[in-house]
Amino acid sequence: MSVENLDTINWNMPETDTIASESSPIVRINELNVHVKDHHILKNINLEIPKNQITVLLGASGCGKTTLLKCMNRLTDLYKELKVTGNIFIEEDDILNTSTNIPTIRQKMGLLSQRPYPLPVSIYKNVAYGIKLKGIRVKNLIDYSVEKNLKEVGLWDEVKNRLNSPATSLSIGQQQRLCLARGLAVKPRIILADEPTSALDPISSKIIENQFKVLKKHYTIILVTHVLRQAVRLADNVVFMHDGRIIEQGKPDELFKNPQTEELKNYLVEGN
Amino acid sequence: MHFRRRIVDKISGFWMVTTMVTILLMPVIIGVGLYIKAQPLFEHNSVWDLISSSDWSPSKGKFGFWPFIAGSLYVTIFSFLFAAPICLFAAIHLTQFSSKRLVQIMYPVIDVLAGLPSVIYGVWGILVIVPLVSNFLAPIFNTSSSGYSIFAGGIVLSVMCIPYMLNMLIEVFNTVPVGLKEAALSLGATQWESVKHVVIRKSYPGIISAFGLGIAKAFGETIAVMMVVGNSVMSSHNPFDAGYPLPALIANNYGEMMSIPMYDSALMFAALLLLVIILAINLVFRYFIHKTQKQ
Amino acid sequence: MNRLKQIEEKIFRIISGFAAYSLIAILIYIIAIIFIKGFNALSLDMITKTPQGGYYYGGEGGVLNAIVGSLYISIGATVIAVIIGAPAALYLNVHMIKLKRTQNTVRYLLDALWGIPSIVYGSFGFTLMLFLGMNASLLAGIITVALLVTPIMVRTFDEVLSTIPKGLHEASLALGSTRTETAYKVLFKQGFSGFITAILLSFGRGIGDAASVLFTAGYTDLIPVNLDEPAATLPLAIFFQLGSPIPEVRERAFASAAILTIIILIISLGARFLAKKYSKSNLK
Repeated sequence: MSVENLDTINWNMPETDTIASESSPIVRINELNVHVKDHHILKNINLEIPKNQITVLLGASGCGKTTLLKCMNRLTDLYKELKVTGNIFIEEDDILNTSTNIPTIRQKMGLLSQRPYPLPVSIYKNVAYGIKLKGIRVKNLIDYSVEKNLKEVGLWDEVKNRLNSPATSLSIGQQQRLCLARGLAVKPRIILADEPTSALDPISSKIIENQFKVLKKHYTIILVTHVLRQAVRLADNVVFMHDGRIIEQGKPDELFKNPQTEELKNYLVEGN
Repeated sequence: MHFRRRIVDKISGFWMVTTMVTILLMPVIIGVGLYIKAQPLFEHNSVWDLISSSDWSPSKGKFGFWPFIAGSLYVTIFSFLFAAPICLFAAIHLTQFSSKRLVQIMYPVIDVLAGLPSVIYGVWGILVIVPLVSNFLAPIFNTSSSGYSIFAGGIVLSVMCIPYMLNMLIEVFNTVPVGLKEAALSLGATQWESVKHVVIRKSYPGIISAFGLGIAKAFGETIAVMMVVGNSVMSSHNPFDAGYPLPALIANNYGEMMSIPMYDSALMFAALLLLVIILAINLVFRYFIHKTQKQ
Repeated sequence: MNRLKQIEEKIFRIISGFAAYSLIAILIYIIAIIFIKGFNALSLDMITKTPQGGYYYGGEGGVLNAIVGSLYISIGATVIAVIIGAPAALYLNVHMIKLKRTQNTVRYLLDALWGIPSIVYGSFGFTLMLFLGMNASLLAGIITVALLVTPIMVRTFDEVLSTIPKGLHEASLALGSTRTETAYKVLFKQGFSGFITAILLSFGRGIGDAASVLFTAGYTDLIPVNLDEPAATLPLAIFFQLGSPIPEVRERAFASAAILTIIILIISLGARFLAKKYSKSNLK
């Protein structure tokens, strides 16, 4: 296979329009509850997340946003003390009660965490990691995908001459973009971003935010943040959480202009 | 400030510095002390000759340490081969897979294993491992053995080194950030793949160091090994034959060392050799560990 | 592909689980063997009598001499280790608090010192003994074991001291305390759990170590009364009795091993318990 005709396959882009209609939600959460011993961390979460939009989970730290995010790709499995009940449908597949292989489910989602965690290998191998896990071994294909995804996050020109140097040699901002590229390389439908700019300088944050605006054409983005301004800048939908519950949700303009609950009012006052 | 308080502060400060400096100089003092006692030996033999020669006949004034060094290496390698995989996998299980409850149970288990005296391991070795080797293992390999052998020494030593290495490995694995594991998982790795590709790779220097320090510990262990290893110079490379490691040589001959000329010097040289080798291994690998912990 | 991965995952989970549980099994196995063998010959005489005439041919008596000798040596060594080690640990955490690099270097050297095997300490103790013109005696044993356990004392105590928040002793200095007062009144109190652990760990190590006392403490059937008399120790009692061709004596070696194991179990579990108890009463 030559590199030229790879482009015609367009294998890196998820086939967004063919699978379901624009209107149906890509994630549907039904009666989700999470307990740790006596603590009730997430309480009766019901939520639908629309496709190809940026949905922002907003709330003070400790309100359960990150746990909710981690439920969606079952990273909660890592914490044995967590008890998760309910349903999370991702493209009609109930991922909490499924026979499908968990790694396959996780590959539907790219994760961006609070701090960049580059794998302890080279820049190239970081991006190639997920592709190889899918069983793809063709060198050309991997090369192509690495380049394409690094370009997509605007990192290619900065690293193309040192693809084999360790990923930790990059700056924090570059590392976070590398993590984004790495996540995109497995062709996810959804990007889960857990306060992805909290460790970054303003310029790197700006780059990431701008990339999100571009990426939402092809991906559904779920962004956890406690920064109100970021929510205003990016959100198509806002889900406001407080103490393990979803308090309010809606379009950002309406929600922030007309908060219905005391919790959100307080948050808006303190958040500014 | 009150005069008396200042004096107390001065005196105590002085004592603190003195103790600290003394403790840190300890290896040097020990080294010099042993060197002075071993000195007469160097008048007739070069250090290299002493280490590389195999001729051991104290009554003729011939001291070749190679058979004992080789014995030590042999036992140590065996113990490492037994202990390393168990430690590695147990540490992986305890830090990556297992429930918190098992970890809670394991800490006292490791504590007690580490705290049991060498001589107890020796007794256990004589009661369990020596018969096991002579009645069961040696026949499998088509040889006969009294049981008091390099192999038995290796097994007993490995059990003694396990808590020591395991503790270090657990610490090493715990410094790998959870986020890194989550990153690998979110890219579609199975749990084991995340361990294999990320946790182990990230801990590489730490794992090597823990192994190195385990080897150093095994190399200097005395009583337990001496009780099961047979204490006669190796005549073959058969691990089911007896061996004679360096620490056992020292401990076994203290009684007669004053009766043969230069014998005491020779034994002190053996101790000096152990000190230098083990201190060197410790300094190198501890350096790695300290470096990774600071990151 | 996926099936293969799942199988690989299963296999390695089983292997690692097996490795972890095997440690529990090994510990139980060791202790069970020692106890089963030891309790046969264990009697009140063993712990209340010194060896009588003909003891080493299967005659009457016990290993009280060795128990007492071990306790003497271990207590003496721990006391010396406290006098030398505790101030050093406090110095490391009070006076050197601003010198992060030096602190790290000292900890690094202490860790390396911990790795020196006891036979080397024993050999050095022996040369020191000859140098000072002493005989194998209680005192020589105590000094040698003290050398062995001091690094343990410093590093264990230090481990807890280093976790004490820096603000606490800055506050103490700000109130006008001298550094010595800060060290002994504030840090020592806060790190008391570490101090207890350090003492018990040193004590346990001292009581169980054989290679260091082999040259230096000598061996006797009598309970030592003076520091310049030789002293028997429990590990050596086990070792010597085990070398006997007479079955009764070997049986007693196993009984002595059971006694030593019980002492060590009490110490290690006690250390855990006390450390927990005292660290609870700390302010966080």
